[in-house]
Amino acid sequence: MQTENIVQLKDISVAFDGEKVLDNLSLDIKDKEFITLLGPSGCGKTTTLRLIAGFLEPDTGDIVFEGKKINGVPAYKRQVNTIFQRYALFPHLNVYENVAFGLRVKKMPEKQIKEKVTEMLKLVNLSGLEKRHIDTLSGGQQQRVAIARAIANHPKVLLLDEPLAALDLKLRKDMQKELKKIQQQLEITFIFVTHDQEEALTMSDRVVVMDGGKIQQVGTPQDIYNEPQNAFVADFIGESNIVDGIMLKDYFVEFSGSKFDCLDKGFEPNEAVDVVVRPEDVDIVPVDKGMLTGVVTSVSFLGVHYEIIVDIGGFKWMIQTTDEHFVDDKVGLYIEPDAIHIMKKSEYSGLYGDYSSFSEEMDLLNENQEVEE
Amino acid sequence: MKTLSRLYIGLILFFLYAPVLVMIVFSFNSSSSVWVFEGFSTEWYTGLLSDDVMITALGHTLIIAALSAVISTVLGTAAAVGIMAIRNKFAKKAIMGTTNIPMMNADIVTGISLMLLFIFIGKLIGLSESLGFVTVLIAHITFNLPYVILSVMPKLKQTDANLHEAALDLGCTPVKAFFKVILPSISTGIVTGLIMSFTLSLDDFVISYFTCGHYQTLPIIIYNMTKKSVTPDTYALSTIIFIVIFALLILYNMLSSKNESKALKRRV
Repeated sequence: MQTENIVQLKDISVAFDGEKVLDNLSLDIKDKEFITLLGPSGCGKTTTLRLIAGFLEPDTGDIVFEGKKINGVPAYKRQVNTIFQRYALFPHLNVYENVAFGLRVKKMPEKQIKEKVTEMLKLVNLSGLEKRHIDTLSGGQQQRVAIARAIANHPKVLLLDEPLAALDLKLRKDMQKELKKIQQQLEITFIFVTHDQEEALTMSDRVVVMDGGKIQQVGTPQDIYNEPQNAFVADFIGESNIVDGIMLKDYFVEFSGSKFDCLDKGFEPNEAVDVVVRPEDVDIVPVDKGMLTGVVTSVSFLGVHYEIIVDIGGFKWMIQTTDEHFVDDKVGLYIEPDAIHIMKKSEYSGLYGDYSSFSEEMDLLNENQEVEE
Repeated sequence: MKTLSRLYIGLILFFLYAPVLVMIVFSFNSSSSVWVFEGFSTEWYTGLLSDDVMITALGHTLIIAALSAVISTVLGTAAAVGIMAIRNKFAKKAIMGTTNIPMMNADIVTGISLMLLFIFIGKLIGLSESLGFVTVLIAHITFNLPYVILSVMPKLKQTDANLHEAALDLGCTPVKAFFKVILPSISTGIVTGLIMSFTLSLDDFVISYFTCGHYQTLPIIIYNMTKKSVTPDTYALSTIIFIVIFALLILYNMLSSKNESKALKRRV
């Protein structure tokens, strides 16, 4: 149903003060889809958005909009609108005038403006607040004004730069649903930028995972989660145990000293690979029935389940289970063939996947300590 | 302790304002004595109104103050916007430093150097008399500029950097975006800059003295009056100037404190 590309980025590179921010990036965005650019800060996602909005020009490469190259077309002539991270509402205007701003610039007749603004405020559930001053609104209300102000102009593409980052958790969940609803109702292409993987998975038709100015993977939320292309994606989306393995032959892999059936093929015989196993896909069984055995080193209760760390030959696995286990228990692990995902080696291999600690900062601290000892 | 500190403040205020108070009182003296108060009268004020030299000088002062305030406000606002847009931090600091020099420089140095420059250029383009309306106006704009820049700059810094982009995004050309979005959010800064300039220009004596030629302003007339003999009409005139400037300063302070509380509210 949605095959036409509305925005195409072709071989785009951008550098600030000699530092590469986007590195030969290419991306096709389909008409009417909800696409999310996901990545850690500094990955180039906001830069990509600013390129499409027209606030920034690429050093090399083309931006194509509806089949036409739009490099050099100023922001005010582009048929896209932006929702800024901190909303950027006009503080000297009230709610009505903020929403009417774009229409006034287009010199729309006053009667039509009134109809349009009323319609938009109804859409974002702000009817009755027309006369309110921006300063008197809550964060969520300001967010809604920003949405109404942008979509009142009927953009073909709406760009959203981490619009929910400033809201608290519950409000954020409501706004996620609402944004999705608005997108489907108006049939506008949404390009959404976030560093929150959960947000990306719940809202998007497709997710673009970015790091270091490059696209790491593009796909549906299910693709990204179930079939990550490299260790970075596997680690950034959800939790994952990533271990070194050898692909002995098609559908057969060796890791952590044992051999496993799996569903992957197409690798060279005996090719070194990264193996991903999600913590929720590992079953804990008695030692004699386990494919791997290890010792529990820590247990945390998270409400829905326990998160336990199991040491298997020096590598710390994270396992999520609803059964209680205790530190120093010896346990067996059972992994179904479809729970194993094989990835080609990449520059990210070996950087992620061990649960000795959760953050890079902690890793660094631990290393320093070892050096001192 | 408290009474002591109150007394101290009272003394400070007394010594600060006593001279002005004495002047105001004697401006209503019915005789021309400068030490004995012989009765209340407004004759010195009415006398001022019929003094042609005085009225002309007042006109000069007002014209110069108004023109220099408006011109330096426009130039200063443009300069502040330009300086804010400079990416290079070193260049930014250097330019800010340079614009601040006229503010710190002794008036007499500014005055004399401007006079020299004006006469030099006047000779270059062959004018018989180079000092006059134009030169005093330029001089006033020169010393007003940094004050305007200093009052507009903080407002620009407070303005959300995305506002301009948001306006572009909604279809404004860059110029239109400036007038529709940036200007309203820095307007209080611009108005305070304008009032400040007007006030400074109104009571400037030293720089005007060197650059005005025959286009004499009120402070210069007062100075010339006191050279002959000090008469109560000088007091009357000074009283008027004092009250006008006092009122302007109160207005200025009210505007800046309103600004601050607004900014505070926004942050909360």
